[in-house]
Amino acid sequence: MSAGAEGAAARTRHRDERHRTGGSGRAERAAADRRRAWEAVESVADPELPMLTLADLGVLGEVEADGDGGAVVSVTPTYSGCPAMGAIRADLDRALRAAGFTRVELRTVLHPPWSTDRITERGRRLLAEHGVSPPGPAPERDGPVPLSLVPRRRALHCPRCGSDSAELTSEFGSTACKALYRCTACAEPFEHMKEI
Amino acid sequence: MTHPFAADADEQSVYAGLVDVDGDASQWAFGTGFDDPLAGVDTAVPADVDRGDLAAYCLMLGDDALVLAQRLAEWCSRAPELEEDVALANVSLDLLGQARLLLARAAAADPGAVPPLPPDSPVPAEDALAYFRDAGGFRNVALAEIPNGDFAQSTLRLLLFSVWRLALLERLRGSADPVLAAVAGKGVAEVAYHRDYAARWAVTLAQGTAESRRRILEGVGAVWPHAAELFAVHPVERRMAECGVAAAPDALLADCEPVLEEVLAAADLPRPATAGPAQARGRAGSHTPALSGLLAEMQSLAREHPGGTW
Repeated sequence: MSAGAEGAAARTRHRDERHRTGGSGRAERAAADRRRAWEAVESVADPELPMLTLADLGVLGEVEADGDGGAVVSVTPTYSGCPAMGAIRADLDRALRAAGFTRVELRTVLHPPWSTDRITERGRRLLAEHGVSPPGPAPERDGPVPLSLVPRRRALHCPRCGSDSAELTSEFGSTACKALYRCTACAEPFEHMKEI
Repeated sequence: MTHPFAADADEQSVYAGLVDVDGDASQWAFGTGFDDPLAGVDTAVPADVDRGDLAAYCLMLGDDALVLAQRLAEWCSRAPELEEDVALANVSLDLLGQARLLLARAAAADPGAVPPLPPDSPVPAEDALAYFRDAGGFRNVALAEIPNGDFAQSTLRLLLFSVWRLALLERLRGSADPVLAAVAGKGVAEVAYHRDYAARWAVTLAQGTAESRRRILEGVGAVWPHAAELFAVHPVERRMAECGVAAAPDALLADCEPVLEEVLAAADLPRPATAGPAQARGRAGSHTPALSGLLAEMQSLAREHPGGTW
């Protein structure tokens, strides 16, 4: 965003703020800081899927700033045991401090649970470009989960040759979030981000 | 998009970019640190819920997950195929994550449940609970702690455990404790994959060779006697169910039986009795001798270095 556009955006936001709060320098600073905080965190890469940003992955929630050096960012963990969570929190903390925030709070949000449906379209495209088959729609969460004695059917494409003919090697891949497939057309193995 | 570590065209080593930008390379030896899995979560206990009971209930469910996670981790590098090695490690990791959340929930609900450590101890509450309780302080069911046996036996244990735990977590999504409800909501999607995994292997082994079927039948004999305890009710569970926090264990039988029946039918296995007279022995801290050995291995490092940070 150019400085001019940024200024215009800040003025618009300031008008909105003044409308709501009666206007103050701090509210204006808070709005600008909030945007800066979002810009700082949205481009942080996921440590295990570094082709994706945390925004692409859909783990970032609300971003707040108080206009006085404080920032609060909500993060939704993917799997309960995702070992990358510590690194994600450390990376977010570092990015916010590098952007000038002196008080940083990272809030864990457990509900509603993260779902692969939160991965952005851009994220899905990047996954495929990097050889990971993107997830299909997440299963319904209401009611008892049906047992599946045969591999669940997934509409997926080999990220290398594009064939839609692949066989499941394992529902558990190199990380908890991925299943292993083998393309029956080009015979290459590939990973599929599984739906949760 | 370029790989973030490849941004510098002069980069000589693919590993160079991995080093922490602040120069703290020790994270690669000691990890990045484990902060509170409930950081920023509102852990207030609902007004009409007994804090001690809530903590005890969370320990029960957390210990089930922690102890079975440790058993599953024993398969690492020993499973029949590399894929199963990876799968069992993943299942273990999911359960470990659930255990961390539940132990942290127990500690937040009732700090008195956490073993006392010296005031300068760097050990977080969830670790104090995991590493500084003796077997008598653990509240897990025996099914989680019995030795692995062979792959068939471990498969059947995981089947029984995940059928039961999924039914439990599905009900807990409506718990009167919002933290427990949220933890359960996350766990449902995870345990659904564990259950499918175990069920498919149970059918495959039962319908495989004469040897694999023999082993499955032996496994049934070793595992199923521990089924009844899953549905036995400890007074804490009863009280927590009455105030809407817990799922009453005896009510879960009706959820589990049709699923087990479906798997056993597909596997063409005789249906062993799931219900029966049983006491909630593990919930009361009474365990098989196997738990002490498991804990000795799991806890030795933390106890030898009580001031260590990881």
